[in-house]
Amino acid sequence: MSTVVETHDHGHHGPAKGLSRWLFTTNHKDIGTLYLWFSFIMLFIGGSMAMVIRAELFQPGLQIVQPEFFNQMTTNHGLIMVFGVIMPAFVGLANWMLPMQIGAPDMALPRLNNLSFWLLPMAFGILISTLFMPEGGPNFGWTFYAPLSTTYAPSTVNFFIFSVHIMGVSSILGSINIITTIFNMRAPGMTLMKMPLFVWSWLITAYLLIAVMPVLAGVVTMMLMDINFGTSFFNAAGGGDPVLFQHVFWFFGHPEVYIMILPAFGIVSHIIETFSRKPIFGYSSMVYAMASIAILSFVVWAHHMFTVGMPLAGELFFMYSTMLIAIPTGVKVFNWVATMFRGSISFETPMLFSIAFVALFTIGGFSGIMLAIVPADFQYHDTYFVVAHFHYVLVPGALFGIIAGAYYWLPKWTGNMYDETLGKLHFWLTFISVNVTFFPMHFVGLAGMPRRYPDYALQFADFNALISVGAFVFGLTQLLFLFIVIKAIKSGKKAKPEVWEGAGDLGLEWTLSSPPPYHSFTVQPQLK
Amino acid sequence: MVMPVMFSSHVFSEDSDYNMKVGVTEVSQSIFELHMLIFWICVGIGVIVFSIMFWSLFKYRKSKGAVAADFDDNLWLEIGWTVAATVVLIWMAVPATQVMVEAYDDAEGEINILITGHQWKWHYEYLEDEVGFFSNLATSQEQINGEVPKGEFYLREVDEPLVIPTNTRIRFLITGNDVIHSWWVPDFAVKQDAIPGFINTAWTNVPEPGIFRGACTELCGIKHAFMPVVVRAVEREEFDAYIAEKVTLAEAERLLTSKNWTKEELMERGESFYATNCSACHQAGGQGIPPVFPALDGSQIALSDSARHIQILMEGVQGSAMAAFGESYSEVDIASVITYTRQAWSNGKNGDGVIVTPKDIVDYKNRIDL
Repeated sequence: MSTVVETHDHGHHGPAKGLSRWLFTTNHKDIGTLYLWFSFIMLFIGGSMAMVIRAELFQPGLQIVQPEFFNQMTTNHGLIMVFGVIMPAFVGLANWMLPMQIGAPDMALPRLNNLSFWLLPMAFGILISTLFMPEGGPNFGWTFYAPLSTTYAPSTVNFFIFSVHIMGVSSILGSINIITTIFNMRAPGMTLMKMPLFVWSWLITAYLLIAVMPVLAGVVTMMLMDINFGTSFFNAAGGGDPVLFQHVFWFFGHPEVYIMILPAFGIVSHIIETFSRKPIFGYSSMVYAMASIAILSFVVWAHHMFTVGMPLAGELFFMYSTMLIAIPTGVKVFNWVATMFRGSISFETPMLFSIAFVALFTIGGFSGIMLAIVPADFQYHDTYFVVAHFHYVLVPGALFGIIAGAYYWLPKWTGNMYDETLGKLHFWLTFISVNVTFFPMHFVGLAGMPRRYPDYALQFADFNALISVGAFVFGLTQLLFLFIVIKAIKSGKKAKPEVWEGAGDLGLEWTLSSPPPYHSFTVQPQLK
Repeated sequence: MVMPVMFSSHVFSEDSDYNMKVGVTEVSQSIFELHMLIFWICVGIGVIVFSIMFWSLFKYRKSKGAVAADFDDNLWLEIGWTVAATVVLIWMAVPATQVMVEAYDDAEGEINILITGHQWKWHYEYLEDEVGFFSNLATSQEQINGEVPKGEFYLREVDEPLVIPTNTRIRFLITGNDVIHSWWVPDFAVKQDAIPGFINTAWTNVPEPGIFRGACTELCGIKHAFMPVVVRAVEREEFDAYIAEKVTLAEAERLLTSKNWTKEELMERGESFYATNCSACHQAGGQGIPPVFPALDGSQIALSDSARHIQILMEGVQGSAMAAFGESYSEVDIASVITYTRQAWSNGKNGDGVIVTPKDIVDYKNRIDL
């Protein structure tokens, strides 16, 4: 029945010009770029808040900000880093790389893709605007425990709830798109167990998002009802239960933790095999390990709540289930090490960040096992030891994974090699400062400094001064990363299609030109 | 300016500056040993994994001409390290379970103390003797603002510590009045959330006298960092004498309600009560921190509406940080602080000058009870 004659040449169909290219784009590469720049900007906003926190904590006493503003900084720093930096950066990488890794021309649902992105600036615009309102922004911590976040919250909490709802919609739409793309648009011959590990990591992550984002939406809706419509879900005076909030929140929150690390597992797996010039060790156990971590993440949530007063059996159950997670996580670390073993290893910037990822994420894993031990957790809970733990898994963990991925794929995206010398400088400054910042937090935490404190007793002063110095160096160093990225976009040695020696055999993305055409894989590739 | 602070830490040499406190109770010592055991197991695993990794990175450098091998799995190796990881976890879980069972015990104590977290202070009540008191931060605002040098126990000192006897099983019943707080004394390894509507339990048995300092560890609002816990453990005889005196004082306090109070007496008492309990939010000059903490100086309620003034103090203000003080403080305290705030600053010359007496508060309570 097809009688329409194709008249224009699709091969030269490029992007629209000007602002409308970005507003109306349905192209996975453009949307990936938008996500990545958005998360980069949010990294500097959330990072500036961390700088305010560290400036205040440089010395005991109140010098720079008052506790009210300090609490707004810790809360918004956490919210922005989790929802505005790590998650959008992973979605950006997924948008760029999934279609190119599975040999698809684009994402399955391109208009939905545009909507998922453009919801995010709305959500964060609303959230950040509360900081300029007379009552100030959210000040109850990124975990927003009721009733501090309901009965005792500033009225701007309603903006916060709306903003969380929008973020949730964005994440769910993005996940639907990713799952649909992976299941329907793989190149012929790419069976599930032949998919690149980054694709696997995102498939699992997208299921986690679809499972738990509605739980987050549910818990903030219950807050909204308590605050405005007279219900008492979390209000003890009305027969409600403040602990219910924590159960529902962490039922979302713990899978969320793995949402923020699984895609990094995928990225560093590719990088380690590329620069070890040796295929990843134990591909199928890598897939099963990620799936096990995802499933276990639904039965460990109350390990965040060991001090709320659970029955003994509950405390023990959540201790054992949490310890189990160490097994698949350990398997992944062993596999990465086994991939390096008897390889032919070179140390380009993405590899340096990936090696640091394996080492420092493992340290975060060790403190995770320590925190799982219930009686010991009574002493660690809500101290800087916990702050050290989750920063080790999120900064040299998730963020290093993202930075490593950015260096690894930047020549593919821009067609230009980044400046390797500056990249290595960026790595070493970041690696040293991240440890100066977060390692001493273990010590102040064990010695007894609680988290979310704008002021502290004198015996914590030395370490806090050191931590602040590390944090300022870390923050400033990321401006160097911005410079390196812009430099690579504007100029640099031209990149070959395979970019990295031998990478041509490792994935479909390396068979495309660098940069790839605006529409790639318009004809599906065949897998051998 | 930084230097005195930087080198002050040796003052606390009895506490480690970088490791968990061993503490003074059997439970805290078992927890410390467990912590060190898990720590050293982790160090051991770390040494093995990182040695293999860095040795591989060094040995198989491409720049030294390493040629990549071509293997990508080994079933027995993978089964082997999975089993090894499981064995190590069981090795950790067994002592962890033993210590947990030892620490977890909610049987009644010889002495039972109700601990209530308030924004931002702790209230302690000895249930057997029906006496209680608030424990407030004793560090001055001037120290916090850096206007005067910081003392040795900066942010770790209170106006009245909790006193407990040594070698006695003590059960803490812990709850919250407004938001969730958490009561932590590292030396006892007791950390339990203080949740409105719930009563959690914890226990301790302290073998030796001493002063033990802790903190609130659940974010509870602006003054979260400013509500420390201080516990003083004393010999049993000293404790009995302390309680006897508390009971006598409480009795005398109750008698004060029926006394005829002069304006000056109320003002004097109200001023000190205001400084301890109100000035953190409403400020010493009554100017508050609008819009979160309203000004009292020039407030219409303080100028001309004494009935509403009493009601706010007794019931609190729903949806704000203003707590209900009626249940927690004596009629004398409530009456004196109302009288004080109606006379202080510019309110005395601009307002109606009504003096509220303890009897007015009793009358209010009687009306509400009907």
